[in-house]
Amino acid sequence: MKKMSLTVNGKKLTVSCHPFSRLLDVLREELQLTGTKEGCGEGECGACSVMLDGKLVNSCLVPLLQVEGKKILTVEGLANKSLTPLQNSFMKCGGAQCGICTPGMLMAGYALIKKKKKLSKQEIREGLGGNLCRCTGYSPIIKSVQNCGTKP
Amino acid sequence: MRAYLPDYSFHRAKTLTEAFSQLEAGAKPFAGGTDIMVLLDAGALPPDNYFDILAIKELQGIRSTKKALSLGALTTYSEIRNHKLIQSNFPILCASAREVGAIAIQNRGTIGGNIANSSPAADLPPGLLVYEAQINLISKRGLRTLDYTKFHLGYKKNELQKDELIHSITLKPEFQKHHHFWRKVGSRRSQAISKTMIAALAKVNRKRIEDIRIALGSVAPTAVRCLEVETFLKGKILSPSTILEAKKILSRDLHPIDDIRSTGKYRLIVSQNMLEEFLCGIG
Repeated sequence: MKKMSLTVNGKKLTVSCHPFSRLLDVLREELQLTGTKEGCGEGECGACSVMLDGKLVNSCLVPLLQVEGKKILTVEGLANKSLTPLQNSFMKCGGAQCGICTPGMLMAGYALIKKKKKLSKQEIREGLGGNLCRCTGYSPIIKSVQNCGTKP
Repeated sequence: MRAYLPDYSFHRAKTLTEAFSQLEAGAKPFAGGTDIMVLLDAGALPPDNYFDILAIKELQGIRSTKKALSLGALTTYSEIRNHKLIQSNFPILCASAREVGAIAIQNRGTIGGNIANSSPAADLPPGLLVYEAQINLISKRGLRTLDYTKFHLGYKKNELQKDELIHSITLKPEFQKHHHFWRKVGSRRSQAISKTMIAALAKVNRKRIEDIRIALGSVAPTAVRCLEVETFLKGKILSPSTILEAKKILSRDLHPIDDIRSTGKYRLIVSQNMLEEFLCGIG
């Protein structure tokens, strides 16, 4: 067990965990941030996507030791009182069906729009390429990102 | 079944000196974790002592001089694909980095890890072979440099000694007049591991091939330079019959196998077709 400090959704906190613990498990089980989902547990499906120091990562593949002192943004940290333009766009375009992939899709969409304001359909497809939707509702998901505007 | 974490230890090495003493104590280096964490989650990672090398400055970043470009072992796929000088001088590396997993994997996975893991299906080695990169290995004993062609010894086997880390890759930008070609075939555009892939370079003068380099991955225990095909093509003027003959010769350089991702037969035919696509594009 090791005490490690990190910033999650703007809050500085300290957790006591095995340094090899997956960031995903710490978020869900220690910090009760269950918005981040586990799909495959091997970096294939993107359900556990979060931002780590401004970069999209699969939290199932990140050991906690490597997050010490870093900033994490999870799906819970996107909205501040009201939903973000991207979240509203998902609602409007029907970007969520069963919902398991949605937090990961939102994070991947957030990473895309944050990096570049005007995105081609091809860029959106590539940016969401690491996120699987078992309902296969890809078209409305891509549309949700496309119609979001210039701010995530 | 998931791994039982108390069986493992995981520490951080902040400097090369700390890393060398970890290696001396028998611990294993851990960089982006995109391979090791998959094994850990599957309960397939042998219990051992590991150490994080991500914070070691000497292994980070891309440095350029007039004569060469040096990619630190911790350079991520994202850094490779977004780097202006790599885009202009070594486009095959950008194209291959772009097809590793997807963005979230590319933000974490490193060139050093891709090489050290020595998987025949790794995406960067074919490009490094055709660009004739050099690999720099560092240990307490100092830095040693090898031609990249000499690094991979067999399936998951390489030249890296127990007390060494991969330090960097050196590339010489001398291919401005070449055609650069990359093609990867997997089950899906994103996230798929290759069934076969080709990296190729050629310099053509009035339809005559002056220089040609071809490497394939996922079709032998390591990525391979196709020297027989290269020798055959050098100096030739491209014609349909030359291309047909080159495809025949290619089968001698490759040893594709049947495995979970594909069959040897499919791999060979598609590899030949990719070679044809490349040769048709440079004629």
